[in-house]
Amino acid sequence: MGISRRQFLQGGALAGAAIALSGKPGEASVDAPDLRTKGLKATTTICPFCSVGCGLIVHTKDGKVVNAEGDPQHPINQGSLCPKGGALFQIANNENRLQKVKYRAPGSDKWEDKSWDWAMDRIAQRMKETRDKSFKKTEINKKDNKEYVVNRTDGMAFFGGAGLDNEECYLWTKFARAMGVGQLEHQARL
Amino acid sequence: MTNHWIDLKNSDVIFTIGCNPAENHPISFKWIEAALDSGAKLISVDPRYTRTSSKADIYAQIRPGTDIAFLGGMINFALQNNMIHEEYVREYTNATFIVSEQFDFQDGMFCAFDDQEKVYDLKSWAYATGADGKPKRDMGMKDPKCVYQLMKNHYKRYDLDTVCAITGTKKEDYLKVTKAFCGTGRADKSGTILYAMGITQSTHGSQNVRAVALLQMLLGNIGIAGGGVNALRGESNVQGSTDYGLLFHILPGYLKSPEFDNVDLKAYLEKWTPKTKDPKSANWWGNTPKYTVSLLKAWYGENATAENDFCYDYLPKRMGNYSYVKVMEKMGKGELEGLVCMGMNPAVGGPDSVAARNALGKLKWLVTADLWETETSIFWKRPGVDPKSIQTEVFMLPAASSIEKEGSISNSGRWAQWRYAAVHPLADSRSDLHIIDEFYKRVKALYAKQGGAFPEPITKLAWNYGAGHEPDVHLVAKEINGYFTRDMTIVDKDKTLEFKKGDQVPMFKYLQDDGSTVSGCWIYCGSYTKEGNQMARRDASDPTGLGLFPKWSWCWPVNRRIIYNRASVNPAGEPFNPKRPLIAWDLLEKKWKGDVPDGPWPPMKDDKEGKYPFIMLPEGHGRLYALDMKDGPFPEHYEPVESPARNLLSKVQSNPVVKVPKNVSSDTGKFPYVGTTYRVTEHWQAGAMTRSLPWLVELVPDMFVELSETLAKQKGITQGEKVKVTTERGSIEAVALVTSRLKPFNVQGKMVEQVGMPWHFGYAGLATGDSGNVLTPTVGCANTGIPEFKAFLCNIEKGGKAA
Repeated sequence: MGISRRQFLQGGALAGAAIALSGKPGEASVDAPDLRTKGLKATTTICPFCSVGCGLIVHTKDGKVVNAEGDPQHPINQGSLCPKGGALFQIANNENRLQKVKYRAPGSDKWEDKSWDWAMDRIAQRMKETRDKSFKKTEINKKDNKEYVVNRTDGMAFFGGAGLDNEECYLWTKFARAMGVGQLEHQARL
Repeated sequence: MTNHWIDLKNSDVIFTIGCNPAENHPISFKWIEAALDSGAKLISVDPRYTRTSSKADIYAQIRPGTDIAFLGGMINFALQNNMIHEEYVREYTNATFIVSEQFDFQDGMFCAFDDQEKVYDLKSWAYATGADGKPKRDMGMKDPKCVYQLMKNHYKRYDLDTVCAITGTKKEDYLKVTKAFCGTGRADKSGTILYAMGITQSTHGSQNVRAVALLQMLLGNIGIAGGGVNALRGESNVQGSTDYGLLFHILPGYLKSPEFDNVDLKAYLEKWTPKTKDPKSANWWGNTPKYTVSLLKAWYGENATAENDFCYDYLPKRMGNYSYVKVMEKMGKGELEGLVCMGMNPAVGGPDSVAARNALGKLKWLVTADLWETETSIFWKRPGVDPKSIQTEVFMLPAASSIEKEGSISNSGRWAQWRYAAVHPLADSRSDLHIIDEFYKRVKALYAKQGGAFPEPITKLAWNYGAGHEPDVHLVAKEINGYFTRDMTIVDKDKTLEFKKGDQVPMFKYLQDDGSTVSGCWIYCGSYTKEGNQMARRDASDPTGLGLFPKWSWCWPVNRRIIYNRASVNPAGEPFNPKRPLIAWDLLEKKWKGDVPDGPWPPMKDDKEGKYPFIMLPEGHGRLYALDMKDGPFPEHYEPVESPARNLLSKVQSNPVVKVPKNVSSDTGKFPYVGTTYRVTEHWQAGAMTRSLPWLVELVPDMFVELSETLAKQKGITQGEKVKVTTERGSIEAVALVTSRLKPFNVQGKMVEQVGMPWHFGYAGLATGDSGNVLTPTVGCANTGIPEFKAFLCNIEKGGKAA
C-alpha cells in the first residue's frame, strides 16, 4: 500500500527539517518518525472499522490527538493500515462530531440543546412509562391455548451495537433483559 | 472464524466466496499474500470481478444467490472422484451415522413438511439409534441410509452441466476452481474458505454456510492450520456483540434466551442441555447449567439463590420471533412506543429503507447514541417529509469514540484486544458504558420511588461497578470473566486447587451450577484472571511458527487460537500434516503440545478417556447431515426470492420454509436485471463513521451504481451520468459507473445483466446520496432472518430521478 501522497509530503518536509536541525543528513529518514512523534504521549488502540483488529498508536499532546498510525509491533497489521484505519485521526478531530445532547420535541422542526441530566431523566421516564404500559406478565400460546408467564416488555426495542466495546455490550444486554426487553437486536442480524 | 487472520499464511489454497477481502478487510491481504508468496493459490468466486479477483489465480463468476449449486457441485466432485480425506470423514464426521427410515427427499422437498404452517417436522430427520441409545453407525459407509450414501445420492444431481446452467459460471472456470480446491482433501494440504455477507445475506444463508462447512469437512480442512470455515465479520466488534448476546434468541455466551414453556430453571436446563449416552463424546454443552447459573449470579448477585431458581423468573421469556425485520414490521404497524439505537442506523442499514424510515415515525420516542447525526436520528427532517407531521420525540446522545474510552473488542479471529483512552471524550460526549449506566440507575431510582410493573428484575439487579462518576470498566470485565462467591476447594485430576471468595475464576471448566461462581459470559472466562487483564497482553512471541501468537491479547475459548484442533490429528494424536503440526500428543509426557487443545483428554483412540473432536455437538462428530436446520439436513439449491431463473434442480422455486412478503416481484418484464449490494474500502457500513471524514469523502464522494459495458451500451448510459434504479420497493438516483468488472450471466441460455451498488449512503453527514437499501427486500434466511440483500431484481434507466 505504501504511504499516501499527503503523508509523503508531510514526511518529506519533516525529514528536511530534521536535516536542518541535526546537520547530519545521513541520519534523516524519509518520514523521520522520531522527530514527528517526539515528546508525545503514545497510547495503543485497535481500529474501530472492520473486524481484522489492526493495532494503532495514537499520539497526543496537551489532551489532543495529534497523530494516529499503524502499530508496527502489532502481529496482524505490523504497522500497516487501510484508508479507513488511516483516517482514525479525523474521528478525533472532526467538527461534525456531536458535542452536546440534542432534543427534538414531537412535531418540532429543530434540535434543542439539553443537559445530560434533563435528557437522562426524561428518557428514564419514557422507558418506565412504556415498560409499565406494555409489560406482559403472561401470554397465551395459540398452539395449546395455555397461559404462560413471560415477564416481557413488548412496547420497546433496543438496537445495537457492533460498535460497542465488549464491556458495553455486556451491560447493554444485562440492562435490556432486566427491563424485560425481548426485542434486543443488532447488526449481526443484517 | 474457526481460525484467525494470520493463519491465512498457512493455507495451500485460499477460496473466497461471497467476500472480497482485498476491498473490505484490506489488511487480511497481508496474510493472503504471505501464503501466495509461499506458493499458495487464491480462488475468487464472485458475481463481480473484484479487487480480490484481480489478485486471484482463478476467478469464476457466479450469479448472486446460487452458492449452494456452486458448492454442491464441488461436494459432488469431491465425492465422485474420491478426493475426500477419508479417515477424517469416517472418524470425525457423521458420515457413518445411520438415519431413521422416515427420512426422505423428493424433488426439492425433504419429508414431513407442513404445507399450511410452512415448517418441517425436524424429528423425522433423527438418527436411527441402537439398543445402547447411541446412534447406529456403519464404519464402512456402505449402508444406503448412512449419511455418506445419502449425501452422495443427494449431490449427484449437482453435475457440472446443471450447476453451471444455474450459476452462470463458465465450465472451464468451474472445473479449475473445483480441481484446485478439492486438491486440498489430502492430509498434507490445507484449504481455507473465506466468506462474508455474500453467503449469509440470502433466504438460504445458513445453508450456504453449511455447504461451506460440508465441503471443508469432506476435505478434512476444519481444525487445521491454514484451514477452517472463516466468516469475515464486518464490524470491529460484531464478534463480541454476538458473543454477548445482543440478539433476541440468545443470552451471553450463546446460551439460549428462555422460551415461554421453559417455565422454571429446571425446565429451561432440561430443554437446552443436550445429552449423550456415548462416553467418548465430550458434549460440552452438557455444562449449560454451570454457565446459566453463573450468569444469573452475575446478574442477580446475592439475590440469586438456589431456593429462588437464581432469579430465573426475572428473565423475559420469548414467544415467537423478534428478529430485526419482525421488529421493524411491528414498528411500521405502530405497535412499538420506544426504540433505543446504540450506534445503529436502521434508516440505512436494514432492507426496504423507505419502510424503515416511515416506521420510525410511528414511534412515540426514539433515543440514539452516536458520534454523528445519522439518518436515523434526523429521520424526522429527511428530504421530502414535513417534520410537523412526525410526532416522535427524539433524543440524540453524543457518544465518545473508541480512542476516548477504555475496553475490549473481539476481532473476527476471536481475539479480544484491549483499547486504552488516549484522550477524554470530546466536548460533552460520553462512553456508551456511561450512558447505559445512567439509563439503568435512573430507571431503577424511578421504580424504587414509584413502583410499577414487576420492579424486581430492575431493583434487584446486581450493578456494582465502583463508586465513581462512571462505571469502572475493569470491574465489568472482571464480572464477565467471573469470580468465586465463596471459598472453594476444587479437585482437578491430581491437583487440589484452593480458591478464596472473590478470586477470579481461572477458566470456565471451574464454573459451577450451585451459585458458588459468577460469570457474565462463560466463553470469556479466562480473559481477566488473577494474573491480570489477559486481553491487554502484548508479547509477540510465536513458539510454533504458525502465527498463533498465544501471548498477544487473549482469544476465546481458553485462548485456543484454532478451534476444533483435535481434528488436526489422527485418532492416535499424531498430526495429519507433519509439515504444520497444530497440536500433537506427547506420548512420554502424556500431554498435548502446540495450540491449546479442544479439551485436555488424551487422543480419541484412548479407550478410557479419549474424546471425539467436535466437542460442541452431543454426538461429537461434525454434522454433514444436520438435525436442527429449519430447511433441511442437507443444503439444497433454491433460487433467491426475486430471481430471473427457474430452479433447474427441482420444482420448488425458492426456500419452502420462507414466507414471501407482498412487495417482492420476479416480473422480469418490469425488472429484468439482477441487483446486488456491496461495500467499498473507503466507506463503512451505513456510512455515518466514514461519510463524515473529509479524507475518505474525498476518495469516494458519491453514491454510484455499477453496470457492465454491454448494459451501458444497450441503455445509452455513459460514465458519470445520473441513472435511476428501481425495484418493487422504490427507486434511487446515483452516478453511473460503467466497468468491465461486471459482465452479464448466462442464465439458461439467456444473457442476464447485473447491476451492483454500495449501500453506504444516506442523507446525513458530509457526503450524502441515495441509499442502496431503498431497493432491497424484507425477506430473510429461514434460520437466521438475515435479509436477502445480495440478490434482487431491478430496472435501470438513464436520466436519474427525472427518468
